[in-house]
Amino acid sequence: MMISPYPVATIFGVLIVALTIAAGLIWLERRLLALWQDRYGPNRVGPFGLFQVMADMIKIFFKEDWIPPFADKTIFVIAPAIIMVTVLMSFAVLPIAPGIVVSDLNVGVLFILAMSSLGVYSVALAGWSSDNKYSLLGALRAAAQMLSYEVFMGLSIMGVVLLAGSFNLVQIIDAQRGLWFVIPQFLGFVLFLIAGVAETRRLPFDLPEAESELVAGFHSEYSGMKFGMFFVGEYLGITLISSLIAILFLGGWLGPILPPIVWFLLKTFLLICFFILLRASLPRPRFDQLMTWGWKVMLPLAVANLLVTGAIVVATAQGRSF
Amino acid sequence: MPVEIDVTTVYIEDRPYPMDPEQNLLHQCLSAGFNLPYFCWHPALGSVGACRQCAVKQFKDEHDKHGRIVMACMTPASDGTRISIKDSEAAAFRAGIIEGMMLNHPHDCPVCDEGGECHLQDMTVMTGHDYRRYRFEKRTFRNQYLGPFLNHEMNRCIQCYRCVRFYREYAGGADFNSFALRNLVYFGRDKDGVLENEFAGNLVEVCPTGVFTDATLKRHYTRKWDLEFSPSICTQCSLGCNISIGKRYDTLRRVVNRYNGEVNGYFLCDRGRFGYEFVNSERRIRQSRLRTEAIGPDAAKRHLRDLVASNPGVIGIGSPRASLESNFALRALVGPDRFYAGIPSSELELLRLMLDILRSGPAGTPSLREVESSDAVLVLGEDVMNVAPRMALSLRQSVRQQPIEIAKRLHVALWQDHGVREVLQDAKGPFFIATSSATRLDDIATECCRGAPDDVARVGYAIARALHSSSPEPQDLADNQRAFVESVTNAFKMAKRPLVISGASYRNIGIIRAAANVSRVLPGATLSFITPECNSFGLAFLTGTSLEAAIKAKPTAAIVIENDLYRRLPAPEVDSFFSQCAHVVVLDHLENRTTTRAELVLSTATFAEADGTLVNNECRAQRFFGVFPPSETIRQSWQWLGEWENLDRVIADMSGGVPGLSGIAQAAPSAAFRMSGAKVPREPHRWSGRTAVLANITVDEPKPPVDLNSPLSFSMEGNPDQPPAALIPFFWSPGWNSAQATNKFQEEIAGPLRGGDPGVRLIEAGQGEGIPMASRAAESDEDARLSAPNRDRQGADAFNGALFASVPSAFQPRENEWLIIPLFHIFGSDELSRAAPAVAQLFPDPYLALNADDAAKFGAEASVMGRNLPVRVTPGLPQGVAGLPSGLPPLEGIMLPAWSGISRI
Amino acid sequence: MFSILQTMWNVFLHMFHRRVTVQYPEEKPYLAPRYRGRIILSRDPDGGERCVACYLCAAVCPVDCIALQATEDSSGRRYPEFFRINFSRCIFCGFCEDACPTYAIQLTPDFEMGEYHRPNLVYEKEDLLINGPGKYPGYNFWRVCGVQIGGKDKGESEREAAPADVHTLLP
Repeated sequence: MMISPYPVATIFGVLIVALTIAAGLIWLERRLLALWQDRYGPNRVGPFGLFQVMADMIKIFFKEDWIPPFADKTIFVIAPAIIMVTVLMSFAVLPIAPGIVVSDLNVGVLFILAMSSLGVYSVALAGWSSDNKYSLLGALRAAAQMLSYEVFMGLSIMGVVLLAGSFNLVQIIDAQRGLWFVIPQFLGFVLFLIAGVAETRRLPFDLPEAESELVAGFHSEYSGMKFGMFFVGEYLGITLISSLIAILFLGGWLGPILPPIVWFLLKTFLLICFFILLRASLPRPRFDQLMTWGWKVMLPLAVANLLVTGAIVVATAQGRSF
Repeated sequence: MPVEIDVTTVYIEDRPYPMDPEQNLLHQCLSAGFNLPYFCWHPALGSVGACRQCAVKQFKDEHDKHGRIVMACMTPASDGTRISIKDSEAAAFRAGIIEGMMLNHPHDCPVCDEGGECHLQDMTVMTGHDYRRYRFEKRTFRNQYLGPFLNHEMNRCIQCYRCVRFYREYAGGADFNSFALRNLVYFGRDKDGVLENEFAGNLVEVCPTGVFTDATLKRHYTRKWDLEFSPSICTQCSLGCNISIGKRYDTLRRVVNRYNGEVNGYFLCDRGRFGYEFVNSERRIRQSRLRTEAIGPDAAKRHLRDLVASNPGVIGIGSPRASLESNFALRALVGPDRFYAGIPSSELELLRLMLDILRSGPAGTPSLREVESSDAVLVLGEDVMNVAPRMALSLRQSVRQQPIEIAKRLHVALWQDHGVREVLQDAKGPFFIATSSATRLDDIATECCRGAPDDVARVGYAIARALHSSSPEPQDLADNQRAFVESVTNAFKMAKRPLVISGASYRNIGIIRAAANVSRVLPGATLSFITPECNSFGLAFLTGTSLEAAIKAKPTAAIVIENDLYRRLPAPEVDSFFSQCAHVVVLDHLENRTTTRAELVLSTATFAEADGTLVNNECRAQRFFGVFPPSETIRQSWQWLGEWENLDRVIADMSGGVPGLSGIAQAAPSAAFRMSGAKVPREPHRWSGRTAVLANITVDEPKPPVDLNSPLSFSMEGNPDQPPAALIPFFWSPGWNSAQATNKFQEEIAGPLRGGDPGVRLIEAGQGEGIPMASRAAESDEDARLSAPNRDRQGADAFNGALFASVPSAFQPRENEWLIIPLFHIFGSDELSRAAPAVAQLFPDPYLALNADDAAKFGAEASVMGRNLPVRVTPGLPQGVAGLPSGLPPLEGIMLPAWSGISRI
Repeated sequence: MFSILQTMWNVFLHMFHRRVTVQYPEEKPYLAPRYRGRIILSRDPDGGERCVACYLCAAVCPVDCIALQATEDSSGRRYPEFFRINFSRCIFCGFCEDACPTYAIQLTPDFEMGEYHRPNLVYEKEDLLINGPGKYPGYNFWRVCGVQIGGKDKGESEREAAPADVHTLLP
């Protein structure tokens, strides 16, 4: 087991890198969307419009931090913090490269699933405390959607856990030295990808905020830095899910020639781009379609995947003793 | 008179509707809420079937699929009638009629003052005619100059004939007619000139398109949708006609009629409609001043408070043209004992007497609608047309009441205007006038009797005596008087709804007593008093001490509200009063001689800026609401004088503190009233320019001002539904932009407004002893005629002792001295309309009125009361009586009637 | 399922398409004459003010940014005493142009109206009135309307008969 020799440095390193990436994603997403829509996107502020992020940050920091008079103030303030905390906590167990991990937890996978479950409180409380019908509707949708998709999200990676024989993310990466799990667990990969999109409430599964019907849903009443926390929380979520997919299915830092950290970041980056491509290309389903899909298609597939994988593992492991 | 109304069932589009068989289909369809286009029909004018616009399909029975086109306005709503408005053939017919009417209609809408409130536009849209196929020449006309009130633009005429029907037949005008023929029919005068009729201004609303438009509005033209309206009450005579006042960009733009079924109905007089411009006058006091220095509102109020505190003997002088609230505020500030009516005792005593008479009954005082339905009228000593003009228009209708019985007997439906007039020809019901000079209603009078005011009173007494033996008998009546008395008596004995009209114009107590006697001995009679000003009765409720008493009290300080004392008493008396007063505070809105004598002048709101209650001549308390948002410098009198939070607090204090006024809170909903939680918007929903009107001053649109005194808002925000009748700022309904939208606000066409006509009667009919009206009204015609003498005897006991007994002695002309009586002018006698340019144009020059014989003694000019005046020969003035125009500068302030010598120059 | 992938692929391929963005201000776009930009008031072919102050533009304006006051010259020709557009509120919807019965108010292909100070966006009649007929040459409302103005007597408009003699009863 590789533990970082400088834990504090790692903690801050991960924190700063994660937040920087999240902020950079604001620019990246706008540029990529523009790219796929035959536009340029933000290209005026600094080289390639890179300072757009700065401008946006400055703006969001100096905006009036307004709390609606009808809102439940305490909960209203706490809600955006929850999403930041839960997502950032998850980053703690992500192994980025050999030796670069904040806490090499032996139940890392479970920890991340748990944190992601807690994230739903943020959205639900935000919608509830806003005391606004659209926000409440958004919150209800978020709660239903995240609970539904969490179920098979967990199940879909149980195949990986079975194959690796561990909940520890570092060990899961190690188990992929021969073959990335995307090959034996392709179905699990696809299911987890979809669940991941739903968990981060990204298009096409952004029904909780659905600006065209719910006027930004659960965060309708938020502005300034509180809105910024939801915003950054969402990008952190994308980064987290992309990293997880890279770790669970694409071998994490494994790869030839290049240093491990570069491999990890490259895989994560490509997955993030894929997330943005989804947004650029797919329309939003109806809410009932979303739920039907989750319960009637994804869940059975995830269970089947688990059973088949389990059977194969049991069959090939006959004779081996645990 | 309650009539048992049969209800018939009429099927419209195969659905049954209960309807009044006495009415035509158009009337009933509109009452039922259907949109059916029309032009020549008018709720007050009846049907003539001239325009063919209200075509509907009528079916024989439910199996009839073919049907035939009939004119709804000419078809009675008989039982089982089946009609279709939507029927495609009828709709095409209506569209065709509109297209025909539009052939010659010019391309004027953008520059036409009627645009946006045009009945023709509404009907064109309603029928769906949207494209002009006519490509030939349009006929044109030359316009006429019709005086300062009306514009004439004949090209726009669609020949509906409403104007002549109103002007000639309804309002009794003679100098306006239709000329020429076929498509060249022309409506106007035989040559240019001022329209003589006092109700010509109603053509603005009667004309369905822009032939007649408001010339005063044109000078500061604004579309109806851009005006901010308020429900208001006309302050220019005592009748309290309901008006809707429109404002934009800080000036009052126009006055239109606000329907009140009990009071003014559909029409206003020209003084009320066009006299509003004094609000925009340059003579307005827009800034308070201390001596000659302008002073801020807070400093002014502080000064007033200090002045009251340091002068315990300060008195208050009220005004009959200020609202009840303002007068009450002054009364509360100085105390009831030191509050004086701002009118001479000669007037105040009469007002108090009138109130006593009305309180004791049994004759009730009629609303104008009841005046209209009276079938025998006696006018005692009032020039109704010039003192209370709108009542004269009602009287013109009342003379039709008795002849209409002929039409009823011939089974001519009363809405068949042409048919009824054909039957009636020139027949007129009993209408008697006893005055000291000719009046503008003489043309419809059955008989007139001229005499000095005392003789008028004697004639009144004689009529009472002839009707009942317990009334005192005047001795030595002249033959003509005796003949007149006999005709009146005969007519009154036959009448079912007799009416006596009298008033304070001649300042003669005998006339009022005589009128009271007549009404008391005549069971079922109503008695209408005409008071001099818009709130004369209201003032009489508040105090019984006159202006002379105020002068006698020799106060060290006086507060005068909205009153030019120089119009009330001779100038020397007022001068001496002011010079012995150390401190004079005047609250007024126009500069006048009284304001020049004041130490402190407080800039006060006019009716258009103020809210309050006025009591009209029938003791109807009516609330008016200002259209201007509260201003820092201009405040209402009661705001200057007291510390009330809002109008409702004043009303609460007043209704609790003044006997007889307890009902006034009911005149309109209080400021806390909300419709579904929202206020009533003063502005139409399409009020434009909200973000541009003030943009040259500030680009941040200020929040609309808050109105603490009324449930109306100073913006288009609020509940768009129909408000309670007392709060209707303007009449508008989807598809009905013109004044005809009134239809949508009534319970039934020409009936009361939804929820009842506004205003609350402070003295109800039949309150006192005597025979209640209802018992008589319930009986049939035949009974009434036969049993009239009988009931006289029965009634004798009931009002015995309640009759006035002091008959004045006959008028004796004097050698070299004349009794000068006041003569009234609709345009001239009123104080405020003098500052309205359009009305001021029609003021007469001061003159001395004499009869032909007396005039011959003097020549063209004579000297009276130290003034040289041209002599005008006035028919009807008796020997020994002369007249001066009342209230006309520079003759204001002369106490009339008075004896004076007249000398040659 | 396949169509979703195909969609994503097609969108992905857009990466290699040409950009449609015009790099304003370095590059000026072409604006059609009927582009809805800065509002002007035009004059009729005779050089007179076209606006007759009918208030229709103000009434139709969804943001209520037009205010005016009608007045008349001595000959009866109506025109606005003042005419104000608050461009800080204007949404350039063009309803005013649609509503205008005289072609007076027109939108132009000029949108470069940025200001640092909002009051500068309030345009008065002097700022709005141009010296030509704008997009609609030839039309003169006063030649078709029935109202008499200076230089045009009754019956002198297009397709108008001479004023009728109302004193004759000849058929």
